[in-house]
Amino acid sequence: MAHLLNQIFDWFAAWLGGSVANDSVAGYVVAALIYLALLLNLVAVGALVFIWLERKVSGRIQDRLGPTRVGGKFGWLQTLADGIKLLTKEDLIPGDADKLLFRIAPYVGFCASLSAFIAIPFAGRDFPFVAQHLNVAVFFVLAVMGLEVFAVILAGYASASKWSLFGAMREAAQVVSYEVPMGLCVVVPVMLAGSMDLVHIGDKQQGWFTNWYLFHDPFTFIVFWVYFTCGTASVNRAPFDLAEAESELVAGFHTEYSGLRWSFFFMAEYGSMLAVSLLAAILFLGGWNGPIPVASLLGLTWHNGPLVGYLGNFLGMLNVLAKAFLLVTVMMWVRWTLPRLRIDQVMTTCLKYCTPIAAAMFVGAALWHMTLPDRVFAGLLQSPAANRLLAEPLPGDSIQLDLQTVEAATIARGGRP
Amino acid sequence: MTTAQTIEIDVRTDEMLVNMGPQHPSTHGVLRLVLRTDGEVVSEVMPHIGYLHRCAEKIGENLTARQWVPYTDRMDYLAGMNMNLGWALAVEKLMDYQVPERGRHLRVIIAELGRIASHLVGMGAYGLDLGTFSPFLYAFREREKILDLFEEVCGARLTYSYLTVGGATADFPPGWLEKCEAFLDQFVPVIDEYHALLTTNAIFIKRTAGVGLLSAEMAIDYGCTGPVLRGSGVDYDLRRDGEPIYTSMYEGYDYEVICQRAGHYPKDQEYPPVPIEAVLGDCWHRFYVRMLEVVQAIGLVRQAMAKYRASDGSFGEPMKLNQKLPKGEVYLETESPRGQMGFGLVSNGTAIPWRARARSSCFCNLSVVSELCRGCLIADVPAIVGSLDIVMGEIDR
Repeated sequence: MAHLLNQIFDWFAAWLGGSVANDSVAGYVVAALIYLALLLNLVAVGALVFIWLERKVSGRIQDRLGPTRVGGKFGWLQTLADGIKLLTKEDLIPGDADKLLFRIAPYVGFCASLSAFIAIPFAGRDFPFVAQHLNVAVFFVLAVMGLEVFAVILAGYASASKWSLFGAMREAAQVVSYEVPMGLCVVVPVMLAGSMDLVHIGDKQQGWFTNWYLFHDPFTFIVFWVYFTCGTASVNRAPFDLAEAESELVAGFHTEYSGLRWSFFFMAEYGSMLAVSLLAAILFLGGWNGPIPVASLLGLTWHNGPLVGYLGNFLGMLNVLAKAFLLVTVMMWVRWTLPRLRIDQVMTTCLKYCTPIAAAMFVGAALWHMTLPDRVFAGLLQSPAANRLLAEPLPGDSIQLDLQTVEAATIARGGRP
Repeated sequence: MTTAQTIEIDVRTDEMLVNMGPQHPSTHGVLRLVLRTDGEVVSEVMPHIGYLHRCAEKIGENLTARQWVPYTDRMDYLAGMNMNLGWALAVEKLMDYQVPERGRHLRVIIAELGRIASHLVGMGAYGLDLGTFSPFLYAFREREKILDLFEEVCGARLTYSYLTVGGATADFPPGWLEKCEAFLDQFVPVIDEYHALLTTNAIFIKRTAGVGLLSAEMAIDYGCTGPVLRGSGVDYDLRRDGEPIYTSMYEGYDYEVICQRAGHYPKDQEYPPVPIEAVLGDCWHRFYVRMLEVVQAIGLVRQAMAKYRASDGSFGEPMKLNQKLPKGEVYLETESPRGQMGFGLVSNGTAIPWRARARSSCFCNLSVVSELCRGCLIADVPAIVGSLDIVMGEIDR
């Protein structure tokens, strides 16, 4: 994107008699702004949609209608109306609060949630739809989402309320318990793909749904559920919403927040839900590769021209978003069905059950990967076209090959690998 | 040199006093609990009451016996019918008046429907205390239908003043019994939903089983009654063990007191088994007793409807508003959904009672909270308070 922009700038500059280098800063800055605008829209509009969806889903689960008035029959503008209400609310900061930290906390949370999207791709292959194609994207996303905890702890500490402090301390206790199994679960697809690059991991699962890592072997199938449990815990959703446990801690860490600041926490929560679900979709559910490789079967690949390839990628993006939305809906479904766990039970679940299960599944998946050929279940449903596609080398594969060559060359030179 | 003992003491930090309530989502109105906490562990809970005091008893000394009926259903506002019944029976005991056969069965129908409605709120609100929202609305959906029935009968949905001294203010309107029958038929399968969402839910069991253990001795010592007492395995129900004027109301009815005897609950209906984790006297058992009482109440309503249909004559004659009371003192306890609700009355021969008093079941049930919450976690406090199913209106009056 930056190079493309620089070329455009160069074209304009040439018009005026100057020139812009291909790696000029200007292109990067403008590209960053464009990505930011796109991602902000995704998170903000996503949150808008999810909050509406949450109301509708909870309404249907509880035998109600949910919003029906604002914006026509389905009340789809309800969230916007709520947003306006929140904007016009009085800006309250408790007298004893640490004013600076109190103000900062919601933005820390929102930024952490938003930053995760930088490295999350929405389509792969030759032209990945991603703001910044990172080769350690998995690591980056997990690390940045972990920052959200700071927001909760800051908010709880700065509010000068005992209930908020309880919420913050619970979050601190919770984060150490779910981060471990979650990391272990994420390692499994990373190991199978041999890369921490999300684009590469997604591309590795292309073809029919049998190629998804969810169906790679029995171990990954279980790992997905463990990941989803830990993911729910990481975004503070029921039954793990202890930091904001309404019936116990009034509203937990955001007890003292109101108006726009509160809505930033809210947006951060929904942004994180989407991020965690997108990660799950890419790591386990084939990412932008649908259950049926429609784009490949229709020939919407980059080889048939950029526009066609772009269209294929666009379909892929819809695909990954649909999967993420599905997972988010499941989270809502769970939230409106189950009671909340107690803090010691959350820690027991995460550390005593999820961690050993994830570790065992990791070993199992590793052994399966080493001993049995890839995609054992595949082949049942694979069309020749999809197989032909699979035979094509992927962009990430070449890097691996290069590494092997380098290794071999190192050994040949008598050095240690 | 430091021993293990001193280190442990050093590690302990300051205890924190936290006010839970009176404005707190899960204190069932305006209960204020002062928690002494060390981190998440609660070392002491001190309940403070009185935020909903409305001088009901003093008002009772300025009104005639029948005029005070509307004040009784504002006490336990979730079971107004049962409150009305308690006061009506107390006054009837003083007047030595026996309600006719038809009125007796009418009262059973209304009282047991009130018990169902009250337990539905208790169950739904308990779900809220544990962090699940849907059972609350499921419970209210069904309660709404009972309120519709009540509305049809007396015009009010919350403060009924329907059962009154001498009988009831009116007979059932035509077609009401069929509607009630249809409601019960529709309601029975819904109970399985509640069992699926709460009673047998793994997380629900984890949160309630073994939490807030109330031994039978302690329950009796503190004067706990109702489902709280029966949840501890004490076989005591005023409908069977009360005074004749009250037990005669349930004469000829076939029902068994819901309470675990010799490790079993009475097996007169299909219900989920007791999980292994649950200990007699814990929050789960208190909840379970309520759920079983709902089913029991359905059976009682069905029987009462048959008996009501079979009987003829008057449903009772409400006493006059300014009717003089005989001189004397009377006290009568009835089995309200929350426990033993007693009404006391001292009359000096005028129409206005010299003293009118109420004995709150929730007050005694709440008094165990400091015992039950000692050493539990903060999250257990709403679970324990919710399992006692208190109504502040009745405690403070």
